[in-house]
Amino acid sequence: MMELLETVFVRNNLVVAFAVVGVTIWLSYLLANKLTAGRIHGSAIAIAVGLLAAWYGGVATGGNRGVADFALLSGIGLMGGGMMRDFAIVATAFGAQLSELKKAGLAGVISIFAGVIVSFVVGAAVAVAFGYTDPTEITTIGAGAVTYIVGPVTGEAIGASEAMITLSVAAGLVKSILVMIGTPLVARYIGLNNPQSAMVFGGLMGTTSGVAAGLAATDPKLVPYGAMTATFYTGVGCLLGPSILFFIVEAMF
Amino acid sequence: MIIYGVALLSACLVAGMLIGEGLGIILGVEANVGGVGIAMLFLVLACNSERFSALTEGAAGSGVKFWSAMYIPIVVAMAAQQNVAAAVDGGVLAITAGVAAVAVSFALVPALSRIGTGADSDGDKEESAP
Repeated sequence: MMELLETVFVRNNLVVAFAVVGVTIWLSYLLANKLTAGRIHGSAIAIAVGLLAAWYGGVATGGNRGVADFALLSGIGLMGGGMMRDFAIVATAFGAQLSELKKAGLAGVISIFAGVIVSFVVGAAVAVAFGYTDPTEITTIGAGAVTYIVGPVTGEAIGASEAMITLSVAAGLVKSILVMIGTPLVARYIGLNNPQSAMVFGGLMGTTSGVAAGLAATDPKLVPYGAMTATFYTGVGCLLGPSILFFIVEAMF
Repeated sequence: MIIYGVALLSACLVAGMLIGEGLGIILGVEANVGGVGIAMLFLVLACNSERFSALTEGAAGSGVKFWSAMYIPIVVAMAAQQNVAAAVDGGVLAITAGVAAVAVSFALVPALSRIGTGADSDGDKEESAP
């Protein structure tokens, strides 16, 4: 019986994922309406449920792909993987206003550079506060606070140890998850309710997954504007991390 | 035909990704520089252009709208396959660095958004130009 179930589920993994995610979202919206009277957005709850499930999956299987490491749910990995994510993000641009993009263009570009530099400085400062004095180590942790892709790219480029690179990935993951959960909670206080501020937000946060999920749970109409700037962030981070930012840290320590 | 819209969306993504990879190579960076953002720009331009109306209106348009509407479910699936366990295991340093970076970045959103409104007049001028 179990074998039969597994055969069917694994063979149709993407279809199973559609059904599982559908049920999760249905339950989340039910909870949002019944328990919080719509104060917390249903998609915010669904994303939180997803993250909780991912944590359980990681602990239970010892893998690094959350629930997708359960064979029965491997389709989640396909559905939530980079390819489908990017495809759906681009689709949200359908109906976005060109004029809005132009209006916030300058602020968007500034926010990308400001975001990379600020996150790096904060991450590096935390590393120094924890007693690190080696410029390579400080830079790698700072780069991890930029995103979990910039961390390892920078770390490998400047010859950081495996342990430091793992640490930088962890810092980037914390950032990404926090943006997913925190955005709908702080949106009101940081004026995140129009295309311009969404573009600045995307540029400052930069973690594509975090911005994508955070804005989805805040106001899906803002997604294309935030995602547009966020997707440049990792590239800029990979550009500045192992070069200028590393040289500055090296000169200081 | 729905597939026309889906094909337009796919073509935008592939073109954007190619440019993003190319930019990465030119800049000497091991990453795709803005591929998705460039793809989005292509789609926005196509939507606002008469020439592509056959690919963005009617049934073809619903091919794009379907994937746009699938965005939140895909994001939920994405959340469910994050390496949350590793983030939790990262220890105090990783958590402090991540939390501090997010807190400071959140705080900067209102300040930088004001630059946006400052650039407003420039943007309007551009639009009114023929």
